[in-house]
Amino acid sequence: MTALDLSPAPAPAPAAKRIIRHGLIESRLLIRNGEQLLLALVIPLAILVAGRFADVSMSLDLLGPSVLALAVWSSAFTSIAITTAFERRYGVLERLATTPLGKSGLLAGKGLAVIMIMLGQLVILTGAAVGLGWRPRFTPLSALIAILTVILATATFVCLALLLAGRLRAESVLAVANLIYVILLVGGGLIIPVSRYPAALRPVIEALPTAALGEGLRAAAHGLVLGWPVVVLLAWLVAAGLAAWKGFRWTS
Amino acid sequence: MPSPDSAVRVADLVVNFGGRAVLERLSLEAKTGALTAVLGPNGAGKTTLIRCCTDLIRPVSGSVQVLGLPVGSRQLAGRIGLMPQSAGSWSGIKAIELLHYLAGLYANPLPVPPLIERLGLSDCAKTPYRRLSGGQQQAVNLAGALVGRPEFVFLDEPTAGMDPHARRATWLLLRELRASGVTMLLTTHAMDEAEALADQVFIVDRGRVTISGTVRQLTKSGGTLETVFLNHTTSRAAS
Repeated sequence: MTALDLSPAPAPAPAAKRIIRHGLIESRLLIRNGEQLLLALVIPLAILVAGRFADVSMSLDLLGPSVLALAVWSSAFTSIAITTAFERRYGVLERLATTPLGKSGLLAGKGLAVIMIMLGQLVILTGAAVGLGWRPRFTPLSALIAILTVILATATFVCLALLLAGRLRAESVLAVANLIYVILLVGGGLIIPVSRYPAALRPVIEALPTAALGEGLRAAAHGLVLGWPVVVLLAWLVAAGLAAWKGFRWTS
Repeated sequence: MPSPDSAVRVADLVVNFGGRAVLERLSLEAKTGALTAVLGPNGAGKTTLIRCCTDLIRPVSGSVQVLGLPVGSRQLAGRIGLMPQSAGSWSGIKAIELLHYLAGLYANPLPVPPLIERLGLSDCAKTPYRRLSGGQQQAVNLAGALVGRPEFVFLDEPTAGMDPHARRATWLLLRELRASGVTMLLTTHAMDEAEALADQVFIVDRGRVTISGTVRQLTKSGGTLETVFLNHTTSRAAS
């Protein structure tokens, strides 16, 4: 048996290395999880294929950006809420908060994992949509606004996910996060354009962050620039960020 | 008056959950280089005490210093190891994968393969954490607390779920750690564990320290440590 030198020699690795390591391990664990893959890729791909071959009233011009919005929604909200809730329940957050990674590094690493997963999703789904016949008409400005919209939406959804994961029991988060995912997928202006909802509901739906993301991406993919989705997402980000900051609990 | 050789100083700590007092002016000191045991019945506040020391819970009042620094200080990064009572691991990760990940957060970690060998985990190093036995999970949990070569380790019921062989092996490892200069604070329900390991014992009941001393001081009147424990704590079943 090799002798171990147990004498104390504590020293943290460089901050960037710690965050990258955490981002890599968390994204690897997410990819291994079949349920998360279902949310991240299988459902969006199924919607794309159904839109292309089934007799539905939405063209790929609308479905392409809508499915990208759905991918952001599933990774930044549902996946993060569920994984963080179980990390809290299993004491992973408790352990990692006391390592050199610390609370801020843990959040940064989690953010990096979301970005890596989302980039993978966006590449695969965009490739699939283009392969099926989607021809987006982004302009440089509309592409820039689309990127800004995705960044704001991701940050907002992550804050909402952390709020949920930090307050409820893990089993409750599993149920509630999946329920919210489905409700807003159908009724939140994410896949279905806001103009197709009843007129009385439109102002309410337009105020949702999911609708802001969906409408913002659909407009950008047609070369148009909308300002209101950015404003709506900024307001949600401030509110969700403050609530998560105040409400998040590291232990169960 | 705090002693200058205290690695942990807790003074008049008060924590409330939902209006219920969990810690009520709890005070204790853990000496540098020693192994301090905190004994108490379920719900006495032992885990809450550790969570205050690791900045996971903010007390209503009182103060906590670890290694001479206030909790949450950036200068403490990496100097503390924690073995939480719950798993402390993702369920789908392999033991060796978790330990390599944790080692990567430190500049001078323990080498992972010998650590795995030392804790008897060689045969299950590539098994997902959720498929390990309770004792194996505890061993991985302990390895995770030690891999960064910390100065101070908090161990929350470190041998719970271990068989007698694994328990004795863990005691041996904790003695080696102390001999190597690592300071430890452990919580336990096991009187024999405290008797075998502790330099100083604090018995906690309902959020307060009811008695403290060395095992010899506590048992000098002839009783066992268990008798002292029973005399200075209250049964939750009876309350």
